[in-house]
Amino acid sequence: MSDELDRLQNALRDAPPAPAPQARAQALAAAMAAFDAEAEKNPTGTQAADARLRSKKTRPHWAARLFGGLQMPSLTLKSTLLGGASLAVLALGVVIVQDPDLLDPQPKPITVPTSQPAELTDTRPRTDMAEERTADPVVGQIVTRSEDASTQSPPSDSDAENATAPADPRPAETLRDAPLQEAPVPAAPAPMASELAPSDAPMRQQLSGLERVQPMMRQPGDTRRATRELGLLAPTPPGIVAPDAAPQDAPIIAPPDRDRFETKPDNPVKLVAEEPVSTFSIDVDTASYAWMRRSLNQGQMPDPDAVRIEELVNYFSYAYPAPETRETPFETSVSVMPSPWNADRKLLHIGIQGYELSDDARPDANLVFLIDVSGSMQAADKLPLLVNAFRLLLSELRPTDEVAIVTYAGGAGVALEPTPAAEADRILAVLERLQAGGGTRGEAGLHEAYALAEAMMAEGEITRVLLATDGDFNLGLSSDEALTALIEEKRETGVFLSVLGFGEGNYNDALMQRLAQNGNGIAAYIDSLMEARKVLVEGVTGALFPIAKDVKIQIEFNPATIAEYRLIGYETRALNREDFNDDSVDAGEIGAGHSVTAIYEITPVDSPARATDPLRYAQPDSAPQRAPESAPQTAPAAADTSDEYAFLKLRYKLPDAEESVLITRPVTPADETASAEARFAAAVAGFGQLLKGGRYLGDWSYADARALARANLGNDPFGHRAEFLRLLALAETLDR
Amino acid sequence: MATGDEDLAREAALGDRAAFAVLVDRHYEAIFRLAWRLLGSRADAEDVAQDVCVALPAKLRRFEARARFTTWLHRVTLNAVRDHLRRRATRQRAAEGWGEVELMRSAEAAETRAALGWLATAMSALPEDQRETAALVLGEELSHAEAGAVLGISAGTVSWRMSAIRTALRAMAAAEEEGI
Repeated sequence: MSDELDRLQNALRDAPPAPAPQARAQALAAAMAAFDAEAEKNPTGTQAADARLRSKKTRPHWAARLFGGLQMPSLTLKSTLLGGASLAVLALGVVIVQDPDLLDPQPKPITVPTSQPAELTDTRPRTDMAEERTADPVVGQIVTRSEDASTQSPPSDSDAENATAPADPRPAETLRDAPLQEAPVPAAPAPMASELAPSDAPMRQQLSGLERVQPMMRQPGDTRRATRELGLLAPTPPGIVAPDAAPQDAPIIAPPDRDRFETKPDNPVKLVAEEPVSTFSIDVDTASYAWMRRSLNQGQMPDPDAVRIEELVNYFSYAYPAPETRETPFETSVSVMPSPWNADRKLLHIGIQGYELSDDARPDANLVFLIDVSGSMQAADKLPLLVNAFRLLLSELRPTDEVAIVTYAGGAGVALEPTPAAEADRILAVLERLQAGGGTRGEAGLHEAYALAEAMMAEGEITRVLLATDGDFNLGLSSDEALTALIEEKRETGVFLSVLGFGEGNYNDALMQRLAQNGNGIAAYIDSLMEARKVLVEGVTGALFPIAKDVKIQIEFNPATIAEYRLIGYETRALNREDFNDDSVDAGEIGAGHSVTAIYEITPVDSPARATDPLRYAQPDSAPQRAPESAPQTAPAAADTSDEYAFLKLRYKLPDAEESVLITRPVTPADETASAEARFAAAVAGFGQLLKGGRYLGDWSYADARALARANLGNDPFGHRAEFLRLLALAETLDR
Repeated sequence: MATGDEDLAREAALGDRAAFAVLVDRHYEAIFRLAWRLLGSRADAEDVAQDVCVALPAKLRRFEARARFTTWLHRVTLNAVRDHLRRRATRQRAAEGWGEVELMRSAEAAETRAALGWLATAMSALPEDQRETAALVLGEELSHAEAGAVLGISAGTVSWRMSAIRTALRAMAAAEEEGI
């Protein structure tokens, strides 16, 4: 045996610690209890054993005595029923503990001794249990989903398999909650990996209800796992415990939620007198919209933390004026209009439109599809959807574009060497062969992908890694920080990264956002093929080709005219005031054809809606201070700025540049127009605020949002706005 | 009372409580250790070991005495580990044992990483089937044929996997040296 194997052998042989006496005692006690339960209710087994005994020559005396001495329940109907009843209770107990609450949807508990036939065959009735992926776990929902163990497990000896008590379907159904709606699922609900609904505030009440039930029903054997996992203790992670490490339970590390969203408080109303300058990074990601849509379509209001208003607003394309030339990558339009939800306030609407790249004008693209094929990707809304999404993208590529595919699961590997998009068949063949299974060694995958991308790079071409995952990055031994550092480093060498998220339950929104921003790419959430089409076909140039990076916005409000302001959305994109001029601070990127919208709600000084009283002792400045670098772009200093509302500054870098370019413009009463596009955007922003609680909206409602949106629907070639109206109606209903 | 495993198993299947008690007591540690080799975590190994013990009364009824008890028990344990991982995959981000993610996300990541040691690195680098094979062949010190019997594959496949493991370990060692 070689050295490496020797080393592993020594380690494996010697590593396991001695079992803890308490755990051992508990296990043995549980085993004996199970044995007794089994003996009580299993006449069949005994009868068969009886027959076996009789046929065997060697029949120990003690067995005969035992046999005779045991209360062998005769096979009367009554006794069978009793046995069946107790079995059902046992099964019920175990199922409650283990099954369709959040954490363990698998109704095939290994701990239930049953007298049912061992095999879990495909003919087992599944439909009555609604085991289909009807309602996918959505933030805030309990989901029942079970796993067909017979198709899941690798071929193993059938006699070592365990059975599911047929009593399972009943308890499973009683435990499932009514709010679940069956959502149309694109793919057939074939047996697939169990998935979990993450725990969440709305669910916690249900959880605690379940918890109360459990202690009555729980089998001793389940206590360990149940107490540790169900009570909203953080589930014990699969801690790697060094052989001599003491603690039995690894430290509580991850919160019970598995879908992770960054939590930031909503932007408050700010006083111009105290904080006249607002700075933030643009964001063109759209993941939040897709996530919100998914929640609503599943009959549940989305988690407020999952709602990023700027992503809702930016989901739509707007008919903003486009830039004339490519020298300035985008055109800025500004308007001020009355606030729909407060007549005494106004909305300051900023629209930025990037230039579109026509198909011939765009550079060649080198793409590496980095695809997560770990076991958790098995669901219909993950790997299969992902493959279809990439198929769509493939159809948008030019023959001279190049595609490579790297997959990562337990290991990472190049599934396809760089191949011209002209050879679509080869690429498709590889895509269709992808199977999910194994662990998730994301880091190895990233390295491979970047290595390939670097090999593909060429002057004048765009090189991008498209990471497609369900969020289960599982990056080996790296922390998130190490990961983002890697991505930034690669970005500097010219390989960008975009992230496509799929599925639920593992969705690590915060990480995806960060990766995409660091990688100068987008983060999109693909919940359906239509969304895939929107991101990768309609928006293909935007998804692949950046036209400006590190785009930052800074606004200074004039205290003479505006008393208060509130930035709607962009909470996760806030920048410090000094970050604006600091080119080393990363910000968002604009892809070709993208538009970005930002909306402030502003309170004029004379408005009755001022939330704060004017200062008694301070006088508002009549001439606002202005930072020196704005001078070249503005009118000479002698101009009167006293009636300006604000001064808008924008910084961006061209994709290959290191230094930023500044654009400025004042916002004046002359901008008090309101286009239909701006009003539609306001409707979306209002909707987003309603989803997050509507604190500043008074009694403005979903119905109001809908009316505003419908009145300003404008051009809607792909039906996205019409869909938005439907979502509004849905939210209105669900929110009652 | 007969003392061989196969006899005890048979008797336990027939309802002999004492035989069952002896059997479980005798094998608990082995179950735990195999589970640990596959999972890398004490807590998980304890969970699985208990699962197996509790499932044994029913499973024993299907144990055919002509098979070797230890092989059968290995298989039962292996399946219990797989079930455990599958269940947990839907609960946490780490789809595999030798868990990387959860631990790594903690504040103590740096210290724990130091404590992890080479074994964890190696095991977490292997795909699931190779990890199982390693646990059985190297950890339990089964022959390739015995391991094959547990896994339900041929001895030749086991040998092939072992060489794949060797290759993977070599790559790891090389990567280590390069400081990746």
